[in-house]
Amino acid sequence: MLGIVVVGGGQAGASLVAKLRENGYGGPLTLICGESVPPYQRPPLSKAYLKGEMDRERLFLRPASFYTDHDIDLRLGQWVTKIDPIRQILDVNGETLPYTQLALATGASPRRLPAQIGGDLEHVYSVRSLADIDAMAPQFVVGRKLLIVGGGYIGLEAAAVAAGLGLEVTLVESSPRILQRVAAPETSDHLRALHLAQGVRLLEGTSVKQLTGVGAVQGAVLTNGDHLQTDFVLVGVGVTPSTDLARTAGLTIDNGIQTDEQGRTSAPAIWAAGDCASFPHKGERIRLESVGHAIDHAEHIAANMLGANLPYVAKPWFWSDQHDVKLQIAGLNTGYDNVVTRQAGGCSTSIWYYRGNQLLAVDALNDPRAYMVAKRIIEAGHTIDRGLVNDQGTDLKTLLAAGLASGITTSRH
Amino acid sequence: MAKITYIEHGGRRHVVEVANGLTVMEGARDNGIPGIAADCGGACACSTCHVYIDPSWVDQLPKKDAMEADMLDFAHEPDPVLSRLTCQIKVADALDGLVVQMPEKQI
Repeated sequence: MLGIVVVGGGQAGASLVAKLRENGYGGPLTLICGESVPPYQRPPLSKAYLKGEMDRERLFLRPASFYTDHDIDLRLGQWVTKIDPIRQILDVNGETLPYTQLALATGASPRRLPAQIGGDLEHVYSVRSLADIDAMAPQFVVGRKLLIVGGGYIGLEAAAVAAGLGLEVTLVESSPRILQRVAAPETSDHLRALHLAQGVRLLEGTSVKQLTGVGAVQGAVLTNGDHLQTDFVLVGVGVTPSTDLARTAGLTIDNGIQTDEQGRTSAPAIWAAGDCASFPHKGERIRLESVGHAIDHAEHIAANMLGANLPYVAKPWFWSDQHDVKLQIAGLNTGYDNVVTRQAGGCSTSIWYYRGNQLLAVDALNDPRAYMVAKRIIEAGHTIDRGLVNDQGTDLKTLLAAGLASGITTSRH
Repeated sequence: MAKITYIEHGGRRHVVEVANGLTVMEGARDNGIPGIAADCGGACACSTCHVYIDPSWVDQLPKKDAMEADMLDFAHEPDPVLSRLTCQIKVADALDGLVVQMPEKQI
């Protein structure tokens, strides 16, 4: 059974095995999933699924028959404990499995609150896996008190769902503002107003000093001196790439499993895809946590495992659903030095991030047209004059044409 | 349950039964039909599940909302009448016989 083995059954692992088969790989193919369910979509976990609007069955990326039809040995609830990159074997559930090529799609793990401040109390939940959501689902009852730790996308999406279901929601964010790490103050302001209007209590510049309770959490002491009662706690304070397996196998780790532009790790015949992997991007080394990247990166690496030799060029995009707002993000705003806000009437607005005159990214709030235009311009490596963006009289299709004709290409430093 | 015909850009036809309550996108995904990417999984957040509806079916589908219309406006070669995002079309008995045509590519 010498063939390709993929470790990790998230979006990247699932996309990778599907692409290998689609591209004609006919040899043995094994997908090892630590979770006991087949690969599923994560984005709805903090949105429609948490809200109870989406059946469990619809989360699965492929029907069970897909894996048998495509002769993929799907191993559920199995964990790889060791990789020997020299002998090209790995240990999984006490069995030794050889591989010709190995792809690591081990994903990322949610950060937890330290046990010293009560992070290991019962009813303190992470928002990462289907099991996490199923465990917390019974808590989502009208009138229950929920404390959310972390004002990033996960925390804010959960806050929107909970407030919509009639829970009493308090959200604490240790930074001076929500989304500080990922968005401009303009985007934070817009979403803050939205959550406040929906009855979410937002405490920025505030963190948890101590969760209290015996066995299960019952309350929290905050750094602003508040003592509050709570029935349960959601922790959304980011993730760390799952690199333990790679590290102990001697692979180079640098903000995730280090890969080259084709997706190769430092070890022969081992590749890494998705959330767990860092890769070169415009002269820097980055890691992306998004479903769009997980799909593209994995499919790219599948092609390279079969000899395509193509560099991966990331085209980052993200989205978030909160209350009645759909936020769509094109590009990466890292390094921006100025922003332009474009009002599109009604509740539609978009925030355009620039470094100098170069458009880097756009946050579009209920403004899919702005998102689509910006995505095209950014992916083409072009830019668009700030004055045109700022002028509400400029039609978006005119913007797109102007942007694509700009000829100013993204500097690669 | 509805019988739906998906026609790839190259002309290859796939006729499959799709259960009520699923979306036309999920019908393609669950049957391994290529040409509908659905990167966002059905959240109306990308536009990679774009198809052209057979003209005889256009009026029989629920109307597009503003979000879908705006996304479609910037999809690959959209048609103002025929283009739809398949993640926004729920399957019901009334859709039995629906025919959809894939675009050249999804962007």
